[in-house]
Amino acid sequence: MVFLQQLVNGISLGSVYSLIAIGYTMVYGIVKLINFAHGDILMIGAFCGYYAFLWAQGSASPVLAVAFAFLLAMAISALVGVIIEKTCYKPLRNAPRINALITAIGVSIVLENGARVIPFMGPNPRQVSIPEAFKGVFALGGLTISKVQVLTLATSLVLMVVLTAFVQLTRTGKAMRAVSHDMDAAQLMGISVNRIVSITFAIGAALGGAAGVLYAMNFPMINPYMGIMPGLKAFIAAVFGGIGSIPGAMIGGLVMGVAETLTKGFISSKLADAVAFGILIVILLVRPSGLLGKSAREKV
Amino acid sequence: MKKKGVDFLLLLGSGLLVYCLIASLAWVGVIDEYYMQLLSVAGVYIIVALSLNLITGFTGQLALGHAGFMSIGAYTAAIFVMRASLPLLPSVLLGGLVSAVFGFAIGFPTLRLRGDYLAITTLGFGEIIRVVLNNLEGLTGGSAGLQGIPSFSDTGNYTLDAIIKFSWIFAFFVATVATISNLIRSSPGRVIVSVREDEIASTSMGNDVTRYKMIAFTVSAFFAGIGGGLFSALIGYLNPSDFNFLYSVNFVVIAVLGGLGSLTGTVLGGLVFTFAQEWLRVLGDFRLVVFGLLLILLMIFWQSGIMGNKELSITGLVRRIFRKGGRAQ
Amino acid sequence: MFKKSAVLLVILAFVVALLPACSATSNTIAIGTIMPISGPVSTYGIQSRDASQMAIDEINAAGGVLGKKLQLYVEDDEATPEKTVNAFTKLVTQHKIVALVGGLTSPCTLAIIADAQKRKVVLVTPSSTNDTVTDAGNFIFRACYNDSFQGQVMAKFAYQNLGAKTAAIIFDNTNDYSKGLKDSFTAAFTALGGTLVDTESYAKGDTDFNAQLTKIASNKPDVLFVPDYYSTVSLVAKQARTAGITVPMLGADGWDEIANNAGDEVDGCYYSNHYSPDANDQQVKDFVAAYKAKYNAEPNALAALAYDATYMIADAIKLAGSTDPDAIQAAMMKTNKKFVTGQISFNEKRNPVKSAVILELVKGDVANKPKVVYNTTVNP
Repeated sequence: MVFLQQLVNGISLGSVYSLIAIGYTMVYGIVKLINFAHGDILMIGAFCGYYAFLWAQGSASPVLAVAFAFLLAMAISALVGVIIEKTCYKPLRNAPRINALITAIGVSIVLENGARVIPFMGPNPRQVSIPEAFKGVFALGGLTISKVQVLTLATSLVLMVVLTAFVQLTRTGKAMRAVSHDMDAAQLMGISVNRIVSITFAIGAALGGAAGVLYAMNFPMINPYMGIMPGLKAFIAAVFGGIGSIPGAMIGGLVMGVAETLTKGFISSKLADAVAFGILIVILLVRPSGLLGKSAREKV
Repeated sequence: MKKKGVDFLLLLGSGLLVYCLIASLAWVGVIDEYYMQLLSVAGVYIIVALSLNLITGFTGQLALGHAGFMSIGAYTAAIFVMRASLPLLPSVLLGGLVSAVFGFAIGFPTLRLRGDYLAITTLGFGEIIRVVLNNLEGLTGGSAGLQGIPSFSDTGNYTLDAIIKFSWIFAFFVATVATISNLIRSSPGRVIVSVREDEIASTSMGNDVTRYKMIAFTVSAFFAGIGGGLFSALIGYLNPSDFNFLYSVNFVVIAVLGGLGSLTGTVLGGLVFTFAQEWLRVLGDFRLVVFGLLLILLMIFWQSGIMGNKELSITGLVRRIFRKGGRAQ
Repeated sequence: MFKKSAVLLVILAFVVALLPACSATSNTIAIGTIMPISGPVSTYGIQSRDASQMAIDEINAAGGVLGKKLQLYVEDDEATPEKTVNAFTKLVTQHKIVALVGGLTSPCTLAIIADAQKRKVVLVTPSSTNDTVTDAGNFIFRACYNDSFQGQVMAKFAYQNLGAKTAAIIFDNTNDYSKGLKDSFTAAFTALGGTLVDTESYAKGDTDFNAQLTKIASNKPDVLFVPDYYSTVSLVAKQARTAGITVPMLGADGWDEIANNAGDEVDGCYYSNHYSPDANDQQVKDFVAAYKAKYNAEPNALAALAYDATYMIADAIKLAGSTDPDAIQAAMMKTNKKFVTGQISFNEKRNPVKSAVILELVKGDVANKPKVVYNTTVNP
């Protein structure tokens, strides 16, 4: 029974990692950049959720409040994502990758510490007031699962399905896949690469923002540095699943969440982080392209 | 051959000159203990940043876990000094060696891969090291840290102690510069630089690219470990939490600021960074925002840093002066 | 071009570096404080600095010490030991401080105690609770009680007052404070005859404790000890209730401010603290009112401790009648006075001998807003 309960805990944590990992993987697939700032987008999403709940407190119905939180978080995160892309990453698109990577670290530092000095975010942790209707647990036999965990799973699933449909079925999605495959060739075929890159950043960041709201509902104490650890772990999840692959990121996230929870529950809670990063190193050793990634030879 | 000898003497002479100047200014009290401390800290930063520049600037592989290697060197040296009563010099060297062994072990699987994998693996490695150091309580003191690490000297005269401290670090600094600059000018060094320029082309020239990346990475880990060993004696206290990701980023910033691929640039970068850190403290919480913005702006508008990949050559300078002098006569 | 500007930059750096810094003039006495003014715990550092400055201003307004004004020199250590060492070197060489209030966190303080002892600078740390801090020598004092004491207090309270026979602990393995409390609670609770059924840990920045709490719930303890700061405790408490842990949770002074940062889930929990905010003590009231008037904020416990530490130093200098380090040290040992955080005297290990208050969290008047009430006082 304890094992099943831990499995439920792990899947619920993993579904948040999946959402964050998708943002990493999309951006990497298109511009080959590890967007270190993605974890901080999660933080921005969480703060949007915090204010949305604060405003909606008491007045609106709880479902509307949550919907409002998601919309606000996704809109603002997408905006921030696009601004970062236009100002910081675009000038470096043809520079060595190492420069873009260092810039991404810089963006992450600015977002984290910028949030600390902005008065309505500030350095102190804030408690998120979740609508009453979403508190409490469902009990199934001996298992307990909180309402927020159910919401997390459901939202993640819906968002992933919508995203997959978008990438596979729409014209823009097709263009995204083309740019990801070969940027120069796509440009020659008349695809506006700049537009596609911006859309990718917007979608990736919006998902990050949505993950932020879910994260804030699961762990309702938020602060400017909150995005660092989930960001790193989601990144590992993306590498595990095969960076650039959206289904890979989903599976990777779930595996990370379950692995971490089972380590804490049955091996040692002291080693949980070491296990997460250990997984990364082992994957790189055994299967560098990840679970579902394609191993592409670099062409001259 | 003769030219090399003259160059060597010139370098040795100018190094000695700088050292004597600082030491004597400290002795008469013009440079006080606080600034000697900062210069010593800068020295340690420069040693670690130089080691990072070898793998990032010269080999073109971003490493984000140098704080991890530094912490291995620091803890190894401190534990040998405190638990095995070994003198400082062999302890620091052992710190470097142990760190190099870890570097080899990490590099072996990852350096076969291309792209950003090294960045991520080293980042992960840095995190694992922290978890391990936290859990090896008997040896490292865990999260309470390791306190009471003996300093370089304890003469009772604070000024003299400060000078001795600086002397140790300066000596290691000179050794680091000499080793790395000789390495990149040797024939393996040429291969290392060719990896940065074009890995595929280098491979097709018949170079065993992975092997040379390994050499660069192991040497890099060694010097980061040496820097750590010196750090432990300089600060006298170690805590796993301090060797975090942001600490690794500091060395990237120094190397980038000075110019990736320039040793003298790293030296300047390290000095500017250390002093700027102290002076920018008036900014309070805005300091890190400025720090991040600086990093972005540097990357977008001033990718070359202070020195680009050029070197400030003392021998070249001396020659130029002599040539000019000759013409004037 | 770049070469020239680089050379200029370095020359400039050295010139500025060599500018002699101004030191305290002869009609002031220099006191230093090293606090994290920036960085992750800057909130605590800024409050502590402000409280120290307030104490200094009050003392100067009342005529100063030995006919001289006190001057407070503030240095920022960003809560990193390395920077603390630099800051301490700066304070002793450039400002010639006779005493230091600081540092805030134990690692920072641990990094400078050996040097402070060697240079005979009286160091009073307001808030470093690590047991070994005062081991460095007779010049190192502290204004707060140490980890062992607080852990013992809670263990005793759990076993005797709450009648708990079994306990579980969840603590931050990367935080010295959390670990210290865990160790002392474990030792004291088992010594009393209780059993520890589960000890789980996490790392700094973790937010998901479901795995550990599920495990703890399956071991059914009578109490759960959560020695950490309020922001983490708030998360642990919520998840603990979800995981089906209904027993009281216990904490220490890190829980200060929990009432403003948690909801119903902490009702019926207890924690130890330095003083009770609703105490009817005039000194506490005056301090809180003065601080509010000056900085427009509610002072936390660490601010009160920094305020007390500053007063202790001023009193010692007065009593010593000079700024001779040995005389100040001897005078510090004679401290025995009522401060904001209680009646304080020092034992032979230079730890304060003072009592701890146990506070209880009860259902407040507003829903989801717990209230803090005084439960009992535990004497050392």
